[in-house]
Amino acid sequence: MAYVVPRPKLTFWERIYLPTIVGGLAITIKHLKQMLTGHTKVVMQYPEEKWDAHMPEHYRGAPTLVTDDKGRERCVACQLCEFICPPRCIAIVPEEIPAESKWAKVEKRPREFDIDMTRCIYCGMCEEVCPEQAIFLRKDYAITGVTRGEMVHHKARLYELGGVFDGLVHKWNPRK
Amino acid sequence: MSFLTSPEFWFLVATSLAKTIFLIFLVVLPMVSYTVYAERRVSALIQDRVGPNRTGMPLTLLGFKHDFSPWLGGLGQPVADAVKFLLKEDFVPGHVNKFYFWLAPCLAMIPSIVTLAAIPFGSEFLGVRMVVADLNVGLLFIFAIASVGVYGIVLAGWSSNSKYPFLGSIRSTSQMISYELGLGLSAVPVLLIAGTTNLSKITSYQVANGWLVAPFTDGRMSLQEILLWIPTGIALVTFTISMFAETNRLPFDLPESETELVAGYHTEYSSMKFALFFLGEYTAMIIGSALTVVLFLGGWHFPFIPDGSQGWIWGLVNIAVFFAKVAALLFLFIWVRWTLPRFRYDQLMRIGWLYLFEIALVNIFIVAGILAFVR
Repeated sequence: MAYVVPRPKLTFWERIYLPTIVGGLAITIKHLKQMLTGHTKVVMQYPEEKWDAHMPEHYRGAPTLVTDDKGRERCVACQLCEFICPPRCIAIVPEEIPAESKWAKVEKRPREFDIDMTRCIYCGMCEEVCPEQAIFLRKDYAITGVTRGEMVHHKARLYELGGVFDGLVHKWNPRK
Repeated sequence: MSFLTSPEFWFLVATSLAKTIFLIFLVVLPMVSYTVYAERRVSALIQDRVGPNRTGMPLTLLGFKHDFSPWLGGLGQPVADAVKFLLKEDFVPGHVNKFYFWLAPCLAMIPSIVTLAAIPFGSEFLGVRMVVADLNVGLLFIFAIASVGVYGIVLAGWSSNSKYPFLGSIRSTSQMISYELGLGLSAVPVLLIAGTTNLSKITSYQVANGWLVAPFTDGRMSLQEILLWIPTGIALVTFTISMFAETNRLPFDLPESETELVAGYHTEYSSMKFALFFLGEYTAMIIGSALTVVLFLGGWHFPFIPDGSQGWIWGLVNIAVFFAKVAALLFLFIWVRWTLPRFRYDQLMRIGWLYLFEIALVNIFIVAGILAFVR
């Protein structure tokens, strides 16, 4: 439907521009003054100030592997995360746990566990699908590297980032 | 021929060279690069941002572990910009007219620098007048040379053989022609009052009789001065507006309006050739401000500061006062740019031909009437 755009009738002072220009200049100089006196809240000066303290609980940072309170790696190399991963950045090589090991009843563990951080999209599906709660998205967001090779997180690096996690899965507790 | 061997001649040559080198390499070029820096910082502050605040010395390039930038606060930015411009590939598109494509940046830069010669930027320093060429037709010289600057833009637009530069240069031509009238006519009241086109004499008139925008700086006010105050104020406003249009600054930056014409007349330029346009534009801004200072704001004079004949230190202070005034006007340029939107093309022409021209013309008659009938 057609409608009429109201055109406001300009007064004489508005039509000669100069008073409105002076008004505009007053607004901009007010902003400049408030910036100089520190009254305006500006963006965080990133490398010096970080927002780590303000990060929400559910923040999805870099995916990491965790060990449980007994120091055992939780991952059982079921490869569900490898299959669910949308950009296919996870590569797992499983191996059998030798019979003389204390955790022989677990049967399987990852020999290699690589996450290619140049491909990771931080979706958190690996964390969601993991039946053993072994992979978690932690709060590391500044993942950098000079080469592509450096951007692939190997198993040792993943455990280093992940650390220990006391969680809900108790099935590897010998008393149960 | 005896003139060529006389010591006065060689003294003149040496002092002129010294003044030229001082002006171009120690004042104007650093001023240009730091105006660009100021432009970025002030625009950031006006828009509640921070701006380039951390460019320091890139010591990591020399093998150190950290860069050094604790108190420089981004003052290294112009140096980094200059290095970037110098090291970038100087790309000449295949479809351009090579000769004029190369000529245009020079024509944009050289006229702005040449006009510096006639600007009296100080009183006297160790007995030497602080003006490179004390021309009797100083103001006309500046207007004449400054209008050559439009050829740089026109040639850039035409030789680029591309539609956006072409549109930009067409706009620039018509804009410059329209506003040169307003510019020249708003300077005429000053010439009527001071009775000369020699810029040094205009300055010394203002030293003796008070600045044209503030006639009380000499401590006396006559009826004639009070009456002249109004038309000189109007002349200052029209002069400044025309100056904005002449230097292609926002609100009149139609020749290079980024939102409509990509980058306007320098779309096809890269590297140092682009930098020359940039430098030329900012040098023109500095010249414009300097001219406004000389014509209306009393040049190097400031109340209670004696001129350079009282000692060399006062000569330096006078130069500093002059460039402080220029810097204040440059801040106005930046401030206005980040406040106002661009005028539409028809509005631009309307302001130039229907308002500025008439106001400046009537103003001349008012000034002439006051000068003739009020003592």
